[in-house]
Amino acid sequence: MNRKDFLKMSALTAGGFVLPKSFLFGNPVDAMELLNEGMDVGMKKQLSDAALTAARAKGASYADVRIGRYLNQFVSTREKRVQGIANTESFGVGIRVIANGCWGFAASNNVTKENIAKTAERAVAVAKANSKIQANTVQLAPQKGYGEVAWKSPIEKNAFEVPVKDKVDLLMTVNSAAMAGGANFVNSAILAVNEQKYFASTDGSYIDQDVHRLFPTFTVTKIDKASGKFETRKSLSSPVGMGYEYLTPLPNTKVQGIVTRYKDRYDILEDVKNATADVDQKLKAKTVEPGKYDLVLDPSHLWLTIHESVAHPTELDRVLGYEANYAGTSFLTLDKWQSKNFKFGSDIVNIHADKLQKGSLGAVGYDDEGVKTKEWEIIKDGILVNYQAIRDQAHIIGLKESQGCCYAQTWADVQFQRMPNVSLVPGKAKLSVDDMIKNVEKGIYIIGDGSFSIDQQRYNFQFGGQTFYEIKNGKIAGMLKDVAYQANTREFWNSCVAIADESDYRLGGAFNDGKGQPAQSNAVSHGSSTTRFNGVNVINTARKI
Amino acid sequence: MAILNKEEAQALLKKVVAFSKADECEVSLTGSEGGNIRYARNAISTSGDISTLSLGVTSTYGKKSGTATINEFDDKSLEKVVRRSEELAQLAPENPEYMPLLGPATFKESITYVPATAAMTPESRADAVAKSINVAKEAKLEAAGYLENTTGFRAVANSKGLFAYNNDTDVIFTITTRNEAGTASGYAAKGYNDVTKLDTFTATKTAASKANGSLGAKAIEPGKYTVILEPVAAVYMLENMFRGLDARSADEGRSFMSKPGGGNRKGEKLMDDKVTIYSDPFNPELPAGTWNGEGFPLEKMNWIDKGVVKNLSYSQYWAKQKGVKPVPFPSNIIMEGGTATTEELIKSTERGILVSRLWYIRMVDPQTLLLTGLTRDGTFYIENGQIKYPVKNFRFNESPVIMLNNVEALGKPERTISVESYRSYLIPPMKIRDFTFTSLSDAV
Repeated sequence: MNRKDFLKMSALTAGGFVLPKSFLFGNPVDAMELLNEGMDVGMKKQLSDAALTAARAKGASYADVRIGRYLNQFVSTREKRVQGIANTESFGVGIRVIANGCWGFAASNNVTKENIAKTAERAVAVAKANSKIQANTVQLAPQKGYGEVAWKSPIEKNAFEVPVKDKVDLLMTVNSAAMAGGANFVNSAILAVNEQKYFASTDGSYIDQDVHRLFPTFTVTKIDKASGKFETRKSLSSPVGMGYEYLTPLPNTKVQGIVTRYKDRYDILEDVKNATADVDQKLKAKTVEPGKYDLVLDPSHLWLTIHESVAHPTELDRVLGYEANYAGTSFLTLDKWQSKNFKFGSDIVNIHADKLQKGSLGAVGYDDEGVKTKEWEIIKDGILVNYQAIRDQAHIIGLKESQGCCYAQTWADVQFQRMPNVSLVPGKAKLSVDDMIKNVEKGIYIIGDGSFSIDQQRYNFQFGGQTFYEIKNGKIAGMLKDVAYQANTREFWNSCVAIADESDYRLGGAFNDGKGQPAQSNAVSHGSSTTRFNGVNVINTARKI
Repeated sequence: MAILNKEEAQALLKKVVAFSKADECEVSLTGSEGGNIRYARNAISTSGDISTLSLGVTSTYGKKSGTATINEFDDKSLEKVVRRSEELAQLAPENPEYMPLLGPATFKESITYVPATAAMTPESRADAVAKSINVAKEAKLEAAGYLENTTGFRAVANSKGLFAYNNDTDVIFTITTRNEAGTASGYAAKGYNDVTKLDTFTATKTAASKANGSLGAKAIEPGKYTVILEPVAAVYMLENMFRGLDARSADEGRSFMSKPGGGNRKGEKLMDDKVTIYSDPFNPELPAGTWNGEGFPLEKMNWIDKGVVKNLSYSQYWAKQKGVKPVPFPSNIIMEGGTATTEELIKSTERGILVSRLWYIRMVDPQTLLLTGLTRDGTFYIENGQIKYPVKNFRFNESPVIMLNNVEALGKPERTISVESYRSYLIPPMKIRDFTFTSLSDAV
């Protein structure tokens, strides 16, 4: 996660919400402005051609142009007042070239024919300056041009068309429900994102994409005056690759159980009432006895463990050492993949990567270097079988083409390998969560994501959660607090003994998957069904200061 | 040109404010130019060159505000952006916490701009990186590093006559060196306003020596140890605490600065006598901006004095609620120390762990500021004043507040950057007793 602008962010994140970088980068604009069409596709093509021609004229052997308009709307409230309404727009161009066998990149917010050509020339100058000290040349996997094509998120209701007043009213109703339930504080927010991306390359692709994302969220806080202790509970919503329809509840998308959880659609008013009641229980909960427990992890929690312990270590740039100075490397070295028998997890563990799942944050038609998106296996029956690779890496793992997972957070950032959605395939046999819990003698059932930390090679991790329920002899025995589990990635995934079936499959995700220097944020989803892991080390996190 | 000088910025902002018809109007202008170069496996991977300039106008009627921005600067566009912000303000909900704009004030010139840094080019960046790669190659290691320079300015003017301008330059350099087998790793990080102070050769030498020294790490039992945190490790722990120096969240009962039963801990002794933390935008080692976003001048300010909480930041609104003077959040942070070098701290240690760097620190409990994270890039066992051998990395669970109660000794402060925010701080190396390591990590 990127914290470069933390002082700037601290003003915007009083409620603990982390914003995508583009929120900070963009310029505030009028809400109506966000509905403007932006630059016409024909003009984008003309400008792109001008950039490609200028790059070629200066000696580039390859060039791509991304003309991007990034719109964000962030409505945040606390208790009875609106904290901020930010409408931001960021428009500009990023040009990437290969010259003398070396990458170069330049970006500008001045998108005119004259300046775009100059920007292309700057990119070539950067490549040439670098090539003087470069031994190896870039090797790009071949990519056919698609001609003029387009893709759009399959949304039902554009969040930017919903009046700000409606969003404020909804959040105020959420806050009132929390306060009526005895909350001392409540923060709530709706974040809407629209990436309008135009990509053109010397391969002959002209790709116009319109990508939508939404994240409604809240945090309820209660303080126990006598002890001075406080507890919070976050919403069980997920950021999604959807329009405003996500906020229209549908009864058949609710998952009933100890607390209602949500698939595809979200009932924010129901969840805030549940959260307010959960905080009372958290304040009264028993502190956990440290030791080994069998963990039953809800998808609203497990997505983050998948993100950190599976999705990151299978990023090929990390494996190769390109992230050694920042995000880190990976324990999943090439020899383990080459052996074809590296047991990452137990036999029931199957992990897929994709940029296709409907409603996911990663879903697009084409990645940011003009490759059509797809789905592939990463872990098959517990064995490491593949990584995540883009055009200049494909040859390293013997691929003839890119896997289509290249991304840049805005026009001003260079595109590079970013994780697609990485998800745990549901169990094949019919298994409900209740049936899974019935077999657990001493365990903890965890819902929602909390604190997270993992080492730079992705071996040792520690995770918290939102709510923790003790399981005793197959039954839920009340709430616990001060819980965090620590494990080694491979031991953890090899202790996976049960995965609920497809009917429980849900997506979680984040807007702020961080990697790269300068740091960039990527939006990504991770799907799973409720899963059981045996004998995991749980620590108690209570301290006194 | 994305960088305007003070006179150019003032003339432009004055013109924009003159278009205003609202009760209050504030205009801000920001611009930046810069470049970066990234390398790994002893070769350049990505690099770039980026410039931006934009103008924002906030108009207010009563307690209703609207903001609009533009990146075109002809008179017609400038008037249009003012009108648009006024229309938005008329449509906005009232902000009960709106505070009137501040009038003119005298802001001292900052000392944050260095022409040599502003003059950096793709060639000078590549040269600095070539020096680093050569060191790694000679040491038979693989270098992965990053160099970035930024030149920026920001200016604000309002309808009450306030005008403030600041320009700055910044260069940061981080380097990781690893052996080919992936069994050794070392790191160094440097940040300056003045690029002439940056020595990529020496920094890479430091990282290479850490890497070669870290080979053959032994596993020792996790538990409570005396640790020596090098400044780059210490600052990453403390940065999480600096963010909590805010009165409002403390008064509301949801911060480590909250007092049980209500109020905040200003005036309480929370840490060891040796702990003094202050801010000073005119410190020559760590110059910073001389005004904040609300238009307050920033001066030297004590936050923790000999372990006692001296000040918490108060926004204008919260200060009014509490009947106190506003205290702006600082633009830099400096922690006092002693005169000892890290080597001297090691010599004075009977048994302990030297921590070169910490990694992936996240909040576990905001109430106690309990943090978790790991050691990385050079962790060493110390016995009888000497480094005995490298040890495997640990995960820790520790609170910086508890840590600053367990201070054995502080060394000489040095300018260092946080490895996550890339902000610069002046921080001493620290010797801390009873630092809690909770498990081992296989990561190198």
